[in-house]
Amino acid sequence: MTTSTSTGLITYREAMRTALAEALRDDERVFLMGEDIGRYGGTFAVTLGLIEEFGPDRVRDTPLAESGFVGAGIGAALGGMRPVVEVMTVNFALLALDQIINTAATLLHMSGGQFNVPVVIRMTTGAGRQLAAQHSHSFEGWFAHVPGMRVLAPATVEDARWMLRPAIDDPDPVIIVEHGTLYGAKGDPGSGPVDIDHAAVRRPGSDITLITYGGTLPMTLEAAEALAADGIDAEVIDLRTLRPLDEATFLESVARTHRAVVVDEGWRSGSLAAEISARITEGCFYDLDAPVGRVCSAEVPMPYAAHMETAARPSVDQVVAAAREAVAGGG
Amino acid sequence: MPSLGADMDSGTLLEWKVAVGDTVAKGDIVAVVDTEKSDIEVETFHAGVITELLVEEGTEVEVGTPLAVIDDGAAPAPPAETHPEPEPAVEPTPEPEPEPAAEPAPQAGDAAERPPVVHSPIVRHLAEERGIDLSTVQGTGPGGAVTRRDLDAVAAPADRPAASTAASAPTTTPPRPTEDGSRVRSSPLARRRADELGVDLGSVTGSGPDGAVTIADVEAAAGELPTTPAPASPAPAPTPPPEEAATDRSATVRAATGRLMARSKREIPHYYLSTTIDLHDALEWLERTNRDRPVTERILPAALLLRAVVVALGDQPRLNGSWVDDELRTADRVDLGVGVALRGGGLIAPVIPAADTLGLVETMDALRGLVGRARSGRLKGSDLGEASVTVTNLGDQGVESVYGVIAPPQVAVVGFGAIGERPWAVEGMLTVRRVVTATLSADHRATDGHEGARFLSTLDQLLHEPDRLSEGTPS
Amino acid sequence: MAVADAGTRLEMLRDMVRIRTMEERCAELYTETKIRGFLHLYIGEEAVAVGVIHHLGPDDAVVGTYREHGHALVRGVSANSIMAEMFGRYEGCSKGRGGSMHLFDAATRFYGGNAIVGAGLPLAVGLALADKMQGRKAVTVCFFGEGAMAEGEFHESMNLAALWDLPVLFCCENNLYAMGTALDRSESVIDMALKAAGYAMPSWAVDGMDVDAVWDAAASATGAIRAGGGPQFLEMRTYRFRAHSMFDPERYRDKAEVAHWRERDPIDTFAARLRTEGILDDDTWAEITRDAEAEVDEAVAFAEAGTLEPIDQLTRWVTTDPEEATS
Repeated sequence: MTTSTSTGLITYREAMRTALAEALRDDERVFLMGEDIGRYGGTFAVTLGLIEEFGPDRVRDTPLAESGFVGAGIGAALGGMRPVVEVMTVNFALLALDQIINTAATLLHMSGGQFNVPVVIRMTTGAGRQLAAQHSHSFEGWFAHVPGMRVLAPATVEDARWMLRPAIDDPDPVIIVEHGTLYGAKGDPGSGPVDIDHAAVRRPGSDITLITYGGTLPMTLEAAEALAADGIDAEVIDLRTLRPLDEATFLESVARTHRAVVVDEGWRSGSLAAEISARITEGCFYDLDAPVGRVCSAEVPMPYAAHMETAARPSVDQVVAAAREAVAGGG
Repeated sequence: MPSLGADMDSGTLLEWKVAVGDTVAKGDIVAVVDTEKSDIEVETFHAGVITELLVEEGTEVEVGTPLAVIDDGAAPAPPAETHPEPEPAVEPTPEPEPEPAAEPAPQAGDAAERPPVVHSPIVRHLAEERGIDLSTVQGTGPGGAVTRRDLDAVAAPADRPAASTAASAPTTTPPRPTEDGSRVRSSPLARRRADELGVDLGSVTGSGPDGAVTIADVEAAAGELPTTPAPASPAPAPTPPPEEAATDRSATVRAATGRLMARSKREIPHYYLSTTIDLHDALEWLERTNRDRPVTERILPAALLLRAVVVALGDQPRLNGSWVDDELRTADRVDLGVGVALRGGGLIAPVIPAADTLGLVETMDALRGLVGRARSGRLKGSDLGEASVTVTNLGDQGVESVYGVIAPPQVAVVGFGAIGERPWAVEGMLTVRRVVTATLSADHRATDGHEGARFLSTLDQLLHEPDRLSEGTPS
Repeated sequence: MAVADAGTRLEMLRDMVRIRTMEERCAELYTETKIRGFLHLYIGEEAVAVGVIHHLGPDDAVVGTYREHGHALVRGVSANSIMAEMFGRYEGCSKGRGGSMHLFDAATRFYGGNAIVGAGLPLAVGLALADKMQGRKAVTVCFFGEGAMAEGEFHESMNLAALWDLPVLFCCENNLYAMGTALDRSESVIDMALKAAGYAMPSWAVDGMDVDAVWDAAASATGAIRAGGGPQFLEMRTYRFRAHSMFDPERYRDKAEVAHWRERDPIDTFAARLRTEGILDDDTWAEITRDAEAEVDEAVAFAEAGTLEPIDQLTRWVTTDPEEATS
């Protein structure tokens, strides 16, 4: 499946596909299910070619029935399978919210610990591809709100390659959100494995902590480089796992740098960024030398026109400006 | 009265569907009850003969109240009721959660023995808004923290005279009001650090948004290098504690000084020079000058020495500046750090800004003001600026000479010991002269011994020609 | 119509009486505030659960609704653990975390206890998919009310099950009211079996007040499924005698209607039939009712004696303790 280049770099898409193929090969309980993942090859070509190797039972095309097939995935998980369900976008996943939240996330608790639900639900998220207001939003924060699930946001090729296996091994529901702009990104997949419990410091620094995840990691790293030119040494933290949040990592960092900016493509109101900001306030108020900054999407449904879409999303400039303000606020 | 819903606590008996003497079967409707939602029929779960109706129509009763007595004819025992087991209409009560261990209510009088209490931001805000001194409020929160309820209790005019008369204890964390009583805007970290360093927030000029005091401002004021990216040359030495401050305050001053000095000795290759200077001419000149001045405006020898240092630096500007990023940055003016010994111990070094623009009298005025403010704990923000060079004078401690440790990023510290009489040879004759030992500790990265020696030599010359120090600005 | 043997029929009568007796006591306990939350009683509909579940073996799975006490009991979940659950006790079948609407039992593959109308259907599809993919011959029975047939999840699930030819028995308990909204006020087509036929799924309407009829229809349906015939649909025409939940003034239906249906009480009519056929006599009836009362008495005593889970266990079962994973 994988077309490794001579440099050893592969795309995020290839990394994900390699991981899926490996899971199908290694574990006969694993099967894939979703809209157009089989003969069509996957809306974003992540599953391209898998039906040829594993057949239509294990690379199972579904009708357009998100609640139905996500629920079927949950039921199959209860029945001993290890389904990896693909929902085309996080917007479409709203049609399956009932199954994800009222069933998958609650069944273990409602049943007094009797029925755990080892299902993996993958979905794309985010803007940047001019797909407008019904394919471009970032609702991962909503999932991260719910106890009983794990929410993963692989931001690097390495995480795309290696997060799937521990997600499948997790006895409880795991949501994997894949930012649509990342599929073509190239990187070194590494040799694995990776954990799905901890945030990662993607760039160490001492003056300010930039906290982000998923699709906004590349721009945040870019912003950190721009800040370095100003003499501001920014630490960049990739949350990786949005629930449960590894707050120890970012609290430790902020306690050291005394300043933080959270970059989150979700809307600012009631956002994951809000949660992180609140935890920083709770966890290291007396280490803060400036208010926690946030760079989020503008509070509009995502527009189609490219310049408007760009304006609506977090940008390098906004991250740099927010970081400068925090540092200035802190002397 | 049956419970007909999870949210039903009581109901009104609207209508009896049965009368005394009626025979009822299990499941029969016996009454209609008005709940908050609607009228609902009530069935009996027991068969028998109604012998008594206990609740009149139109009466509201709590859930669990017996409504009627049904004789099931089974036994002569007490008659069955609508609820044969009229147990209290409550769920088995879960064991109460253990009360959080009550913190002993803090006594106002023992405040000084307790660690500083941290109050929440809202409490601090409200206290300021209402003009309440938090140190006078008895807190019932965790660790004796004052809660909003405590504040409300204080604010209530009745029967709380204690609020204004309780013993005052230094509560460290709440930001101090400025002179006009408004709140000092400051970051949480700045407040915490100010407590550690014993810096009075009200005396610090904030550089953050709308003048907010930041960590850099506090550390600059305290003489510790900021950890922030903006390279700022701090003024040396921490601010004094208020007179009444507890010992832990001076301990934190001590700790801050210690860190700074350790860093200096670690990083700065010091070299040391000294010379003993005959002050005969200078002091005679000073005595003549002072004869015409009111006592309160007399010029002290210390001011003359400072003035001499400033003028001498004009010839050796490389001793006046800072070592930053592996290079010397000479300062374009002399911001003169002045070591001040505090009553009760401790040494600080507030700053006379642009001392090279001051004549001798102005230097004296500046020194007098600085020492007074330092010893009363009322240093101004401008007193805590960044020094370009420091003079330390241990003359009043009686020591002969002092070799200072440079406060980074400065590159020199000039020391003076006590002015004392010594046998002194002048033109081949032994005489007694008042002399002072001047020392120079300098950063070898910035200057070498040759430059240092020339500085001390110039200093010596100037003190033999006090007219050059008397007025005007140095060349 | 095929009829079960006499022993099975007596057992079915016994199970209906057990359900009825337990639930009558539940209503009483609710008014005494021993049971809280929502309490939905199955009284009047007992023939459906009993007639269907009598065809299931231990490998089969049951997915229920929030009106599931009867299904749980006849499936083999003990009255003790059901009652303790309603009392919120740790000894309950869901450890007190679920309550009346969320009875679960792994040992009998009883998957609840689902209180989102229609949400159990996709679950049943998935359970059947797992069985099929793993080559197991089990049947998954999914009970739901006719109200669920207005939900999108019903249609998505019917389509998936038929498309993938899955071993699911869809069992619609048509009691004519979705809470208080009558069928003809909520759905354009009120012939439920006809709706199911739209998915090319074998479907029948059944007299849900007659346990013999239910047993017979379920025999055919489960037999067809086990023979590889794919999903089947049964519309059980039944009636709930009591209010939707305890707090229900029943403004939406008149008493004459309820009285009319009560004449067709599934227990009374079945008992009378068995007497007529010489299968049931007074002694047996007395024994059945006495046993049922005794079972409930014991269950209430068990629940009363049950313990409250310590509050420090509050966040247990949010995520799985790896040693407890069952799926």
